[in-house]
Amino acid sequence: MNQIQDPIIWVENLTAGYGGTLVVDKVTFGVNRGEVFAILGGSGSGKSTLLKLIIGLHKPLSGRILIDGQDMVSAEGQERLVLLRKFGVMYQRGALFGSMTLLENVRFPLEEFTDLPTQAMDLIAMMKLSLVGLKDFGDLMPAELSGGMQKRAAIARAMALDPQILFLDELSAGLDPITSADLDQLVLSLAQNLNITFVIITHELSSIYTIADRIIMLDKQSRGIIAEGRPQELRDHSENTFVRRFFNRRGASESVFGEFDGES
Amino acid sequence: MPKYNSLNMPDTPSSSFHTNMISPGVLGVKIIGRLDSMSTGNIWRETKLEIDRTSPKRVIVDASGIEYCDGSGIGYLFGLRHRQQKGGGDLEIRGLQAEFQQLLDLFDPSEFEEIQAIKPKSIGFAEKIGRTTCQICEHAYALIEFLGEAGAALVQALLNPRQVRWKDAFLVAETAGVNALPVIGLVGFLMGLIMAFQAAIPMRQFGAEIYVANLVGLSMVRELGPLMTAVVLAGRSGSSFAAELGTMKINEEIDALITMGLDPVQFLVVTRVLAAVIMTPLLTLFADLIGVMGGSIVLLSMGYSLSSYFNQMVSMVDYMDLLGGLFKSIVFGFMVAGIGCLRGLQTEIGASAVGDSTTRAVVGGIVLIVVADGIFSVVYYYLGI
Repeated sequence: MNQIQDPIIWVENLTAGYGGTLVVDKVTFGVNRGEVFAILGGSGSGKSTLLKLIIGLHKPLSGRILIDGQDMVSAEGQERLVLLRKFGVMYQRGALFGSMTLLENVRFPLEEFTDLPTQAMDLIAMMKLSLVGLKDFGDLMPAELSGGMQKRAAIARAMALDPQILFLDELSAGLDPITSADLDQLVLSLAQNLNITFVIITHELSSIYTIADRIIMLDKQSRGIIAEGRPQELRDHSENTFVRRFFNRRGASESVFGEFDGES
Repeated sequence: MPKYNSLNMPDTPSSSFHTNMISPGVLGVKIIGRLDSMSTGNIWRETKLEIDRTSPKRVIVDASGIEYCDGSGIGYLFGLRHRQQKGGGDLEIRGLQAEFQQLLDLFDPSEFEEIQAIKPKSIGFAEKIGRTTCQICEHAYALIEFLGEAGAALVQALLNPRQVRWKDAFLVAETAGVNALPVIGLVGFLMGLIMAFQAAIPMRQFGAEIYVANLVGLSMVRELGPLMTAVVLAGRSGSSFAAELGTMKINEEIDALITMGLDPVQFLVVTRVLAAVIMTPLLTLFADLIGVMGGSIVLLSMGYSLSSYFNQMVSMVDYMDLLGGLFKSIVFGFMVAGIGCLRGLQTEIGASAVGDSTTRAVVGGIVLIVVADGIFSVVYYYLGI
């Protein structure tokens, strides 16, 4: 799946920044329908900015963002609402509503956007919680949960209205390896069973190898994409030094101590 | 092939469904079209009504006409089956496309037996009273403990003034004290003016307008000056302290201080309490002066001279009244700043936590001020002040 065959997200010549400083410059890439796509990059490389641009929280300076063929940048009013319904987002810290129980958090989008009977909403919310393995925790408050459980619950809430795309911001950040691996399995299982397209921002290399069909890697200096393809191929065959360093966990400073292979 | 996650467009053609009694006790339900979050609500309600009406032992769902089904649709089919099984009947789904059947099979009905069980546990009236009483006692305990700790820290700071972070204290004194001058001035002036005006009208009938000076002087210096200043301080600075410390608590800045070996009470509370204790009597003095000035406007408008107003007031108000009022204001300032900081440090997790702390700081501050004022009145009476 190295080629773009059936893009559900298409980003073209996207340029954006803050206060006169460009963060991404003329970035172009696509995400195929049904694939697990990861956005990687060092700190400050613009991963989160790119995510915020795609989900419409920031406006780009120029360029196009097509979601299922419709332009996200110019969409307004009802058109924008329809576009927003096509994806769900799991934010870095979960962003669960602290005053609601887990069940209420997941039920909230159903209450706002559907006319389902209350019992039906409860059942559907419970089924979503069951999909992420939290069926027995519906009556707990977010503050009573561990970080991993909060992220699972946030995924369940993001799936409440059955979106086509799920954006997961820093899926593994701050979690132990076991919880992180559990979340990877959850993503794989959801992708297989529900045919959801996943766009994941992560630093966790083991996650990337396990779940990502394709990745792009952003770079702070060039403000663009320095690598695109399957993670294993990039690790073994990339000509870019930064990409190889990233995949082999080698810091730039190692060369100072003569341990690095000399490439820079 | 239809996709599970097709777009739920609001204007997409909805579904239709028909029910018929196939034979006695057997209800047929035929669904055609889309079964998504927009259309399922209506079908769910209608099916429920029909099942309630006919109470069938067996329901046969003809799902061959379903061309699209999302999580809500799967929830509907699952809920229908669950409902039938719970009532001792059964449900058969015919012709459901394999991919939708696969989704339906993800959920095990036996795991959803207690769907209704997850409701907040209700507690009895007696238990509620007990819990509330315990909470009040705990709050009172925490308040007394904290005020004691803050008081001890304050004494410690005054004994070792070099340990105090005076820069921070002066900054707080500026925001809590100097910046409060306009509002204290406005409220004090209007209070003196209104009080004098309201008193002057009935007193005039007895030719006793000049005693308005006594009334304004005594009440401003002894009661209203300190009280009004403390209430404004509770609203302005008590809330601000609670919000500031609450946000620091949520951002784990307080934890960072503790792990650095710094005492949050020494580091954050002492500066604020010290600033409040210094600024409150000064603000009170300002409020007293402005209030008296407000009262003088009324008497001047009635033809009395400023000197007769002043002489009349001085004949009634002595230094002990002034000092008594100022001492009260020191205690009020200590309480307002203390409870503001306490509520800030007690902030819990959640979006509404800082708001709750702020509210509790202001309400608690005002209640404490009023209670303390009552105690002062009794003590001053017996001391002859």
